[in-house]
Parts: sequence; structure tokens; C-alpha cells
Amino acid sequence: MTSHPDGPVLEARGVSVRFRTRAGEARALDGADLRVRAGEIVALVGESGSGKTTLARTLVGVQRPTEGQVLLDGTPLPTRAKALAPFRRRVQMVLQDPAGALNPRHTVYDSVAEGLRLHGLSQGADGRGEEQQVADALSAAGLRPPEPLFLRYPHELSGGQRQRVLIAGALALSPQLLVADEPVSALDASIRGEVLALLLSLRETLGLGVLVVTHDLGLAWNVADRTAVMYLGRVVEEGPTEQVLTDPQHPYTQALLSVVPEVEGLAPQVLRGEVPDPTHVPAGCRFHPRCPALADGRAEAAGVAAACRGTALPVLPIAEDGAHRAACHLVTPPG
Amino acid sequence: MSAEARVEPGAPVLAVEDLHLTYVTADGDVPALRGVSLEVRSGEVLGLAGESGCGKSSLASTVLRLQPASARVSGRVLVSGEDVLTLRWGALRAVRWAGASIVFQGALHSLDPVQRVGHQIEEPIALHEPGTSPAERRRRVAELLEQVGLPAARARAYPHQLSGGQRQRVMIAMALACRPDLVVADEPTTALDVMVQAQVLALLSELVRGSGVAMVLISHDLSVLGQMSDRVAVMYAGRVVEQGPASAVLGDARHPYAAALSGAFPRVGDPAARFAPSGLPGDPPDLRSLPPGCPFAPRCHRAAPTCAEAEPALLPLAVPSGPTSAAGPAGPAGPAGPRERLAACVRLEES
Ligand SMILES: Nc1ncnc2c1ncn2[C@@H]1O[C@H](COP(=O)(O)OP(=O)(O)OP(=O)(O)O)[C@@H](O)[C@H]1O
Ligand SMILES: Nc1ncnc2c1ncn2[C@@H]1O[C@H](COP(=O)(O)OP(=O)(O)OP(=O)(O)O)[C@@H](O)[C@H]1O
Ligand code: SF4
Ligand SMILES: [Mg+2]
Ligand SMILES: [Mg+2]
Repeated sequence: MTSHPDGPVLEARGVSVRFRTRAGEARALDGADLRVRAGEIVALVGESGSGKTTLARTLVGVQRPTEGQVLLDGTPLPTRAKALAPFRRRVQMVLQDPAGALNPRHTVYDSVAEGLRLHGLSQGADGRGEEQQVADALSAAGLRPPEPLFLRYPHELSGGQRQRVLIAGALALSPQLLVADEPVSALDASIRGEVLALLLSLRETLGLGVLVVTHDLGLAWNVADRTAVMYLGRVVEEGPTEQVLTDPQHPYTQALLSVVPEVEGLAPQVLRGEVPDPTHVPAGCRFHPRCPALADGRAEAAGVAAACRGTALPVLPIAEDGAHRAACHLVTPPG
Repeated sequence: MSAEARVEPGAPVLAVEDLHLTYVTADGDVPALRGVSLEVRSGEVLGLAGESGCGKSSLASTVLRLQPASARVSGRVLVSGEDVLTLRWGALRAVRWAGASIVFQGALHSLDPVQRVGHQIEEPIALHEPGTSPAERRRRVAELLEQVGLPAARARAYPHQLSGGQRQRVMIAMALACRPDLVVADEPTTALDVMVQAQVLALLSELVRGSGVAMVLISHDLSVLGQMSDRVAVMYAGRVVEQGPASAVLGDARHPYAAALSGAFPRVGDPAARFAPSGLPGDPPDLRSLPPGCPFAPRCHRAAPTCAEAEPALLPLAVPSGPTSAAGPAGPAGPAGPRERLAACVRLEES
């Protein structure tokens, strides 16, 4: 792993986000811990509605946590918008272009320069003017030479190029960390590889830390040093990607891996029921109503079935040693 | 089941022969299908792959003659032996739903929001089998819902009361309502969550295995096709560029485009894919101005001057196929049957 132990670190500690909905209070995040270091790519995976986007938005300061804290280098994020500006520059969010993140009426140049202007950085501290900074950001995003692209509009670019322009817009602000929510999920498979290769090269050349939110486990296998699995507002398993994806410990991760077509040779365990409901988080282990290990008697045999139904699991703490952990009574029997 | 009644065993339920489709637009002609030949037998799943815009949905619509009236079409589409493209209107209506039905791409939003889903499933039955009594039809709807894993009582639900996965099941129940011999499913799981996708795919597999329908399954996701299909056809710029048994096409693709596409779907656990995402540089082709020769040549790492001379024909590959030795086609040994392992690349002969 190439993580820089002294580089910046972004952490969520015990973060909860609750929304008031007609069906009651939705616990979109319910005590999530996560850490992304410079020089490291972390994949955040899980079912739809598990809270991935909410955690990503909280980590970049767009969503204010109801409880818990986001820390950059150990300093809690300020809550006042003004005080947030320098933080926002260091931690950039990359959106997905097919969702219309690029303004169709803006040229490539203006799209990339927008963030610089917004932050009053058109004249860079290092003496680079706006044009030079835009050119450098486009080059860093692999759009070389950048000048011929300056005056193009989004419809004149390929899907992969548009996604690179968005990444360039984030890079223009010289961030230390990127948070990318499904950066390639709407792109053709053939184009996806080029954007993923870019993330890997930014990690190598700039020491950038990246959190990629994805439902695609093949993508996590392609680029992520570590993988965190979310279920119903919490990280339930986390560790080095090789371990999490080839030797999953949590019954939810095991089920998820058994049904994705990118994984061969596992007997599929299709979980019954629809996507879990954050307005009704089950007592005990939040996964227990759908848990195959509880249903097939493994939890009973291990003597933890009662705990599965009645004893809540602690929030998985951030591991100091980069170890592989899972929040499951079977894995760590209650004491 | 009706499949046995209408189709001889072993005869193709669907045979597409040299199908061409050109959209006529204000900006000029768009040749979306440029000579596609395929066949699917009863109980068989043919997977159709290829990047956005290669013509997958165009093929799906044309199989049911649902292409725009202004489009130019040639070739044949035989559904249980009858040419859909030349059928009279009345006979065509009988083929739609009962002969072949389609689950449309993006269908999650195509249910009527103000009609109960049971009523929507019942409609094609009432249309095609006017002799059935309302009670019989309601019983059929209940059976269909159970067949797709929904409680019969959900017939009374409106679409907005169902989740995405449940709505997709309703669409599948509709497609099955008139017991078709052929189902064309265009990206049936694309908008769905992984776990719900697994449920819908398991349902589709059961239907094919249990009732012998033939299925064309369209997906941009090769790993889905690998799991579901008996045979796979890969399209590029309106043509099939490689086809054959699913495991062969996905595990050992010969056409450079098919190989690039399958490389873009890493297998979790494969050390070769770790920190090595693979893709394909360059832009998808513009159908309005295709280059001469092989349309993939501008993006192809194996392209040679000969590639620009003529568009390569889809030819049989030598079988058995070793990794390097037997990569060339068998040569013009006879007419290329649409079931053989085929690829369209002149460079395969030279390796
Ligand atoms: N503004 C909001 N108001 C109410 N509920 C919300 C809001 N935003 C998110 N939620 C709910 O919080 C839960 C988590 O949502 P989130 O978007 O974080 O999930 P996700 O893991 O990103 O899902 P997906 O894979 O579908 O993008 C969901 O149940 C969602 O409905
Ligand atoms: N009604 C239409 N009029 C004109 N051009 C069309 C029409 N429908 C499709 N096309 C064009 O025909 C080509 C093939 O489109 P088609 O929808 O068949 O692709 P596809 O393989 O299904 O793509 P996707 O994976 O994005 O669904 C594209 O270039 C598309 O822009
Ligand atoms: S704690 Fe019990 S119910 Fe929860 S995942 Fe582990 S075995 Fe299943
Ligand atoms: Mg999301
Ligand atoms: Mg389509």
C-alpha cells in the first residue's frame, strides 16, 4: 500500500444523519466510522439505500451530521459555511457527469475555472495564472494537450472525457482528498477503465487519497486498497480489499459477494425482502432479520443467536493497524 | 406449454437473417443495424452485449416490428417460422404478446401510474383471448404474480406503491401474460440494486428452464450475461462481431473489441485485474460516418492497413481453439451457420 502516514487524513467518527420523513425518522447514517488517508483508495460499497451517498456528503461537509464528527487531520470540521471554505478546497467531491454535473453551456475552460473563481484563486499563490492552472488541471486529468479542449462544450466530448473534465475541476483546487460518488457507473465499460486508471495514477503521482462510492465490487477489486461495506447506515465490515472481497467475514458481505455476477463459484444466497428500511432499524444486530447465518442455525450453534436478536453491536472502530474487521456476533462473540 | 405446440423441438424460435435497419432523421441516415443474423432455440438464452449505441435496443424493437415507421428495414425476422416484417397487421398482433414479448429498457417508468398493476397485466390477455371470462383472467393474473414471486394481492397495488424490483417483476409478468415462445428482455435489471437484480435474474432463469421459452437478454453488463446466457453475441456499430458459447466468448474472446469489453469486467479475486483496470481508448463510432473497412479499426490495437480495405465478414473460428495456435478461422469451409463460434476480424487469420 502506498498510503502516506504523514499525509492528510479524513475521518468520520460515530457519524449519524437523521432525516424526518412521513414514515418517521430515517436513520440514513447510524454511527458510521470511516477513514481515508492520502495516497490510499477506499471503496465504499453496499446495497442501495445503505447510506453511502449520505456518508460521502457528510465527509465533504455538504451534509451536517446529526451526531458525531468529521475530522480533517484531527481537527473537527467547522460548522459555519465561511470557515468551511478552506476545508472544501482540500477535500473535493467529484460528481457523476451523466447526472448533468457539467453545465452544457459552459466551455471546458469555464467548467474547470469555475471552482478557482469561486474560491478567489484565479491568481494562484504559486504565481500561476488562471489559464495555467486550468491547463495543468486538465493535463493532470489525462486530457493532454489541454489547450485544444478549452473551448469545447460537453456535447463535443466523449463520456470518458466529460468525466475527466469533472475530475480536472476538482484537481484545479489542488485538493488532498477526493470523494467520488459512483464516478463511472453510468459510463460504458470500455470508457470506465480509463477513468479508473486515472484515479490510480493520481494516487501515485499526487499522493491523492480517494473515497469511491460504488455498488460495483469489480471496481473495488480494480482500484481500492481498502473496502468498507455498509449496511443500513453503518460500516459492517472493513479491511484490505483482498481480504474483504475474497475472505468476507460478515454474513451480509458473504451474501452480497455470492450474488454479484463478478464473483464466480459461490452458491448464491439471495436475501429475501426488499431494501432495508432506515425508519425501522431492527434491534440487536441490524442485519438479523435477513441474516442467513441466523436462519440456517450457524448463529445458534455458536451460541450467539440470542445476542443476534437482542444485543446491538458496537460501531466498528477505525483500525489503527489497517486490520480486517466485521461487526457480527459470530465474528466477535459478545463477552 | 405452447412452445412445444408451435415450435418443432430444435427448430429456432427466433431466426434473424441479414437484418438491416436505418433510421431516417433530419441530420441524415443512421444505419443502426447493418446485417445481423442470429438464432435462438426454445429453452435457450442468447445474451446480446455491446457498448451504448451499438444497436441492441434497435434489434429488440425490430424483432417485434416496433421500430419507427419512417425507418428502412430489410432482411428477415422469423418468429416461430413466420416473418414478422411482412406479416399482415392482424397476424402481427397475434405474434406480439403470444409469439414474442418484450421487457423494455427503462420499463420501470412505463407502467401506467393510475391503473392497478393487476389490470395492466390483464389487458393483453383480454385483447388476445377475448373468449376468457373476467374471473378466468383474474385467476391468470394471480398465477402470473405468484410466478414472478409477488403475492396475488399485489394485483390491487398502483405502480408507485411498489419498489423498483417489484415493478420490474410486474413488467415480467405482463410479458409472460400470453405465454409467449420468445421473451426479449432489454436491460431488465440495469436500474436495480444488486440484491434485487439477483432476485430478478434468478426469476428469469427459472422461467427459461421451467417453461422452455427462448430468451434474448440484452445487457451492457457482461458479467450478467456470463451468468445467464447459453450463447453470447457481441455487437459493434450495428453488427455482430463475435458470437459463440457464453463461456468461450467471455473467457477467451477473439475479436479485439470483444476482448477489450470482457477485460473491462474484472472477476473479483483475479490477481491480473488488481490495480489494473482495463478499458478501451477512443470514442464510440459515429454511425453516420463510419470509416471504410472495419469500423473498430480506429480504436483497435491490432489494426493494420488491410483492416481499412473491406469490412470483415463474420466467419467461423477453428474449433477446438488453443490460445495461440488455432486462432485463425477455419476458412470458407461452408456457409457459416449462426450457431457456430464466429468472429469478424481479418487479423485473426494472420496470427
Ligand atoms: N434528504 C433525505 N430525506 C429523507 N431521507 C433521505 C434523504 N437522503 C437520503 N435519505 C434516505 O437515507 C437512506 C440512505 O440514502 P443514501 O442516498 O445515502 O443511500 P445510498 O447508499 O447512496 O444508496 P444508492 O446506492 O441507491 O445511491 C435511504 O433510505 C434514503 O431514502
Ligand atoms: N428513433 C431513432 N431515431 C434515430 N436514431 C436512433 C433512434 N433510436 C436509436 N437511434 C440511434 O441508433 C443507434 C443504436 O441505438 P440503440 O438504442 O439500438 O442502441 P443500444 O445498443 O440499445 O444502446 P444503449 O446501451 O445505450 O441502450 C444509436 O446511434 C442511436 O442514437
Ligand atoms: S450478528 Fe448474528 S444476525 Fe448479525 S450478521 Fe452476525 S450472525 Fe448474522
Ligand atoms: Mg448513492
Ligand atoms: Mg438500449
